[in-house]
Amino acid sequence: MYGMNFQNSASADDAAAKLAAAADGQLLAGGQTLLPTIKQRLAEPSDLVSLAGAGLSGASLSGADVVIGAMTTHAEVAGDANVRSNAPAVAALAAGIGDPAVRHRGTIGGSIANNDPAADYPAAVLGLGATVRTNRREIAADDFFIGLFETALNTGEVITSVSFPQAERSAYAKFPNPASRYAMVGVFVAKTNDGARVAVTGAGSDGVFRHAGLEATLSTNFSADAVDGVDVSAEDLLSDMHGSAEYRANLIKVMAKRALAAA
Amino acid sequence: MSTGIGARVKRKEDRRFITGKGKYTDDVRAENQAYAAFVRSPHAHALVKGIEKSEASGMPGIIAVLDGAELAGDGIGNLICGWAITSKDGSPMNMGAWSALATEKVRYVGDAVAVVIGESDEAARTAAEAVAVDYEILTAVAATGSALNSAAPQIHENAPGNLIYDWEIGDQAATDAGISGADHVTSINIANNRLAPNPMEPRSAVATFDEAEDHYTLYTTSQNPHVARLVLSAFYQVAPEHKLRVIAPDVGGGFGSKIYIYPEEIVCLWASMKTNRSVKWTSTRTEAFMTDAHGRDHITTAKMGFDSDGRITGFKVDTIANFGAYMSLFSSAVPTYLYATLLSGQYDIANIHCNVRAVYTNTVPVDAYRGAGRPEACYLIERMIEKAAREMGMDPAQLRRRNFIGEFPHQTPVIMAYDCGDFASNMDKAQAAADVAGFAARKAEAAARGRLRGLGYSSYIEACGIAPSAAVGSLGAGVGLWESAEVRVNPVGTIEILTGSHSHGQGHETTFAQIVAERFSVPIESVSIVHGDTDKVQFGMGTYGSRSGAVGMSAIVKAMDKVEVKVRKIAAHKLDANEDELVFEDSQVKVPGTNKGMGWHEVGLAAYTAHDLPEGMEPGLKEGAFYDPVNFTFPAGTYIAEVEVDPETGAVDLCRFVAADDFGTLINPMIVEGQVHGGVAQGVGQALMEQVVYDNDGQLLTASYMDYAMPRADDLVSYQIEHNVTVCPNNPLGIKGCGEAGAIGSPPAIINAITDAIGTEDLEMPATPAAVWAAIQANSSAIAAE
Repeated sequence: MYGMNFQNSASADDAAAKLAAAADGQLLAGGQTLLPTIKQRLAEPSDLVSLAGAGLSGASLSGADVVIGAMTTHAEVAGDANVRSNAPAVAALAAGIGDPAVRHRGTIGGSIANNDPAADYPAAVLGLGATVRTNRREIAADDFFIGLFETALNTGEVITSVSFPQAERSAYAKFPNPASRYAMVGVFVAKTNDGARVAVTGAGSDGVFRHAGLEATLSTNFSADAVDGVDVSAEDLLSDMHGSAEYRANLIKVMAKRALAAA
Repeated sequence: MSTGIGARVKRKEDRRFITGKGKYTDDVRAENQAYAAFVRSPHAHALVKGIEKSEASGMPGIIAVLDGAELAGDGIGNLICGWAITSKDGSPMNMGAWSALATEKVRYVGDAVAVVIGESDEAARTAAEAVAVDYEILTAVAATGSALNSAAPQIHENAPGNLIYDWEIGDQAATDAGISGADHVTSINIANNRLAPNPMEPRSAVATFDEAEDHYTLYTTSQNPHVARLVLSAFYQVAPEHKLRVIAPDVGGGFGSKIYIYPEEIVCLWASMKTNRSVKWTSTRTEAFMTDAHGRDHITTAKMGFDSDGRITGFKVDTIANFGAYMSLFSSAVPTYLYATLLSGQYDIANIHCNVRAVYTNTVPVDAYRGAGRPEACYLIERMIEKAAREMGMDPAQLRRRNFIGEFPHQTPVIMAYDCGDFASNMDKAQAAADVAGFAARKAEAAARGRLRGLGYSSYIEACGIAPSAAVGSLGAGVGLWESAEVRVNPVGTIEILTGSHSHGQGHETTFAQIVAERFSVPIESVSIVHGDTDKVQFGMGTYGSRSGAVGMSAIVKAMDKVEVKVRKIAAHKLDANEDELVFEDSQVKVPGTNKGMGWHEVGLAAYTAHDLPEGMEPGLKEGAFYDPVNFTFPAGTYIAEVEVDPETGAVDLCRFVAADDFGTLINPMIVEGQVHGGVAQGVGQALMEQVVYDNDGQLLTASYMDYAMPRADDLVSYQIEHNVTVCPNNPLGIKGCGEAGAIGSPPAIINAITDAIGTEDLEMPATPAAVWAAIQANSSAIAAE
């Protein structure tokens, strides 16, 4: 670890101001990726601006939508009554992230801002067509995830909450990487008023993505049986020492089926 | 409650470990302590054209920046391999030079080229990043199977073609004849995956040079502090032995990786002298992946012949062993005398021939890791025999039984002479515990759930109690492998045992005290164990190769024999009795059938006051002994694994694991079972998860737990453990050793279970979900093509 300045913030705008004033600042929103990276001396921010005191925790209902504050931990999401009633697949997904230590520190805002290609939350946000709210604007999930560790967030923009619409049916199934236990492949399926949405994490060489073929088929028949007839190509999928693109293509179908069976 | 031999005594040392009061090397805070950070090569193979130190030297808090030229200039010697192997053409092994700080060339990612000494760890690490090394990058070779290719780069000048030695054992002509005359021949191509040892405590060193006394003290994470002192003194020329104290305090696991004396310890000692400061270094986890000696990494082709009754007619093996970039301390012995000599397994095989080529690659050095050669032998034999049984349509347990050695002693054709065992009975116990008879029903039930269930055997044997010194000396060992002990009875009657064995998780403070409690009938609380400090214990060879019971405890027994003689003389004199009739009971030396007796405190007091000792007796009550074993010991057993495979994902669920072991006499069955649990966990890791991966440029891809898969509790199963005891005839307690068996015996049982489940033998370790899925796909494609 290198030396750095630590700053608290009282609100998202306060954090943004402190970030703007820092030479090379970083937001600290749980730190479950950032802190190990800093400890390995792979990141060297001049300032860490903590969002812990920014008042961004907790989940509530807005109509049928579930609005989750950006600093709500995975454990809080997993146990929250509103999330469990109106977005049960999100609660289940949060309960399966990392280990208990990670779930009690890591936050939804931190996760999606980092946009790790193997993280779980991006699949839920994209799979349910959620809306990401920042201190400046609202961003639709389809516009939010740009690429590996890349989002639509501008410099100084701070996520404040994520709003999940209620789906008729939804579920998430993941196959963990045996070493990291991040998703080797995670598939989030949702039956919405606009048809089926299928978001895949862990497998895409460009990060989380929607699978058009699965969505088209499931929009007419939202069931595990329908998956067999869908062609899932290995093209553009990640291939590394943990699994080939072909293996990940197979897992997309298998996890989609398991998610559909659970939805 | 008994605290003697065979009692499940809770570990005396656990109070301090569980309450966080253990004292490890990194807990040492020396006066005037500075911190070392190493400048390491980012390249697998490169010439060092220059080292620019000025920027780093000028950074705040930096005391010194030192390099290999200065190290050599001060006469610090190169690292050595302590076991000389001779190639089959009579030539000596080709050992390349290994400087603790590389000078002209770096040979693996992580090879240290300089060290920065700073006032803080952070200052030293930051300055280390500012040391500019000018590298001329060379082509690298990392894969075991590529090192001998003509196109491979030359890593050491004196090892042409990267060949360290080309060694053989056994009768080639007779083996060829046995195989060519066979009714059935099974062939196999097999790799033993490269592993990182991953002790929980990373390596650490705190070195202090005392200028006034011209004396060095080194706290370090060592399994054998006396060997460390010997090597640091005799070969690396740091200081003569009487001017160098090595202390290995609490050590949090080793698994072999802390046998060796690494560059960092040498450099810390030398840097302490150069800077006149105490110098501390503690490895990060990534440095551990990059620099701790790895284990295994063999590729092998082999053939085994059988007659029409299924009896083995010959076994021929050709192995390439990857040694990494330099020859580590015991590397040369691992794929030869700890591997090829065990290739007879539990079977009566008249003819065995094994050829081993050891090669250099641009990877971290490879040396002994829990099992050391024996897991590689066991994996080969036990996959071979399982494959043969399936090819011949025989029950794999029956094929094993048909070939089991039944009479002892048994001379194998590969040096080892097995002293005792009961292999059929181990198999009986394992099969009963595993409910093999009920397997078919379990398989059918699993199939109904869409799961493939399989059962696999492994009947392992290994060699422990290393080792008879003259025998290993004749085979090239540079040291003797005896052990020493000293028994000190204090004036108040408490007993201190000084041992050359070293406990880094094995529970010696408990088990060693148990044998004293048993022998002298004293409370276990009155016995303490002293180890790990060269100023306290005169000498010792340390702990590895499951030797502390069979060799270390035997030395204690020998010293207790001497103490007993003196105690009997003192007590007989004081009690006016015959020394031969005295008995040890209830913390007393007693005259049987009378109420006459002396407590140990009275014996101790008599010895140290010396007011009334037998005529001519020296005062005091302290005896030492050196014990040199007469043979290796041979733990053996049968393991049975049962797995379920998810054919859609390739995920393997380990459902059952039975271990039926014969370790000889058990001192503390609870600790023995703990050793089996840990060993099997590491075996499960090797079989299913663990793999060090270098890319073709020699970059280490598995440098953290994000990519190197260690088994976690939920990857394992509740083991069923059975003990079968045949008492070892060659040491006083009848012990064989239990530290490595779990890691040796388990991988083939698990892989055999998976190949049974998926119906193809074409599977390598680690059997990750992706690998198992790929094997299933390839097999179904092959079946479809037929």
